[in-house]
Amino acid sequence: MEIKFWLNGKKIQAETEPDTLLLDFLREHGCCSVKRGCETANSGLCTVLMEDRPVLSCSMLAARADGKKIVTLEGMQKEAEEFGEFLANEGAEQCGFCNPGFIMNVFAMLKELSDPTEEEINEYLAGNLCRCSGFMGQTRSILKFLEYKKAEKEEAKGQ
Amino acid sequence: MLKIKEYVKVKDLEEAYQLNQKRTSCVLGGMVWLKMGNRNVGTAIDLSGLHLDTIEETEEEFRIGAMTSLRDLETDARIHAWTGGAVKESLKHIVGVQFRNCATVGGSIFGRFGFSDVLTMFLAMDSYVELYKGGILPMEEFARQKRGRDILVRIIIKKVPVKTAYISQRNSKTDFPVLTCAVGIEAQGKVRVAVGARPAKAVLVKDEKGILRGFSQMDDQQKAAAAEAFGEYAAQTVVTGSNMRASAQYRTHLVKVLVKRALKQAGGVDSGN
Repeated sequence: MEIKFWLNGKKIQAETEPDTLLLDFLREHGCCSVKRGCETANSGLCTVLMEDRPVLSCSMLAARADGKKIVTLEGMQKEAEEFGEFLANEGAEQCGFCNPGFIMNVFAMLKELSDPTEEEINEYLAGNLCRCSGFMGQTRSILKFLEYKKAEKEEAKGQ
Repeated sequence: MLKIKEYVKVKDLEEAYQLNQKRTSCVLGGMVWLKMGNRNVGTAIDLSGLHLDTIEETEEEFRIGAMTSLRDLETDARIHAWTGGAVKESLKHIVGVQFRNCATVGGSIFGRFGFSDVLTMFLAMDSYVELYKGGILPMEEFARQKRGRDILVRIIIKKVPVKTAYISQRNSKTDFPVLTCAVGIEAQGKVRVAVGARPAKAVLVKDEKGILRGFSQMDDQQKAAAAEAFGEYAAQTVVTGSNMRASAQYRTHLVKVLVKRALKQAGGVDSGN
């Protein structure tokens, strides 16, 4: 069957099988940031944005992407680089396998919640598991990133 | 592994119904549970083009399309206000936001899964399912039925003034619940107490002894005593079982505690603890 959708801003037209998962389709099309983790829809490693909302690509048929806008980390390189520095500075990257899914969900959260509290951050990111770092570094990195973004906005206002 | 021979995005409910009459067909919800099993599906029926992913509010009811995501239900301000946050509480512990953006209300309810927080919550409210051919059925009756080949169109919550509470016990955050409990106390006096993840599917605890008669008119001390007594009664009547997450004995103890706490919380006695 044929599907058409926007992948990281580019229109894609491709053949797929009815049972191909979006995760496999995206990896076959060069989006290797999308990781296969738990296979039980628990780890959040395979998170991508569909119509700006975070979804699990391991639990979604590629066929369901038809007509939709899909964004993976490959389409958010600038944002990922900026936030990635905060992750690294807080020692939250370690093996790095969970980082792409985690970063996707962080940016989804920031689209939904303009100024999240620590409690809201922990609640929103509960579906992103990391087995290296214990989540403290990730939380710190988000809080520091938010502070940095706020300061950046204030500075822009003052100019 | 899930194998699918044919995928059909249906144009209307009749097409979905006709396709679903074959035993090898399967209606897709959010797929988060379906894809974990080993199943050969002949025709996967996708309802996502039928605009069943919205929540409508009328004077009398909330009408929740079967394809509404759990996340949309969780963040709906109208449902949140109506249930005093109980629906949000029943959903926010289910894995993560990404999962709840995929999982659908219809998938959760139609599956009548033992672990379902969603079914437990809806049983405690004056709620109904609307089936394409079968019409409108009370949630309790639907929950008792075996899975059929009809199409679940929407879930209806009647806007009967109600105070609700939802509590679940989990061994670890985002895991399946070990036990779930929801309470709905209607202004006219009707009290619904639902217990789920026993680990069998959720049931309503019938007040055969009239312990909760006049509950909403009781003072705080009387409510606390009635909640305690009903917790004991529920522990004696609700059938629990063992699985890898907990023993039947532990679950029975939890029935007593969670029922008492949820009744107190919904009754406005205190936080329930």
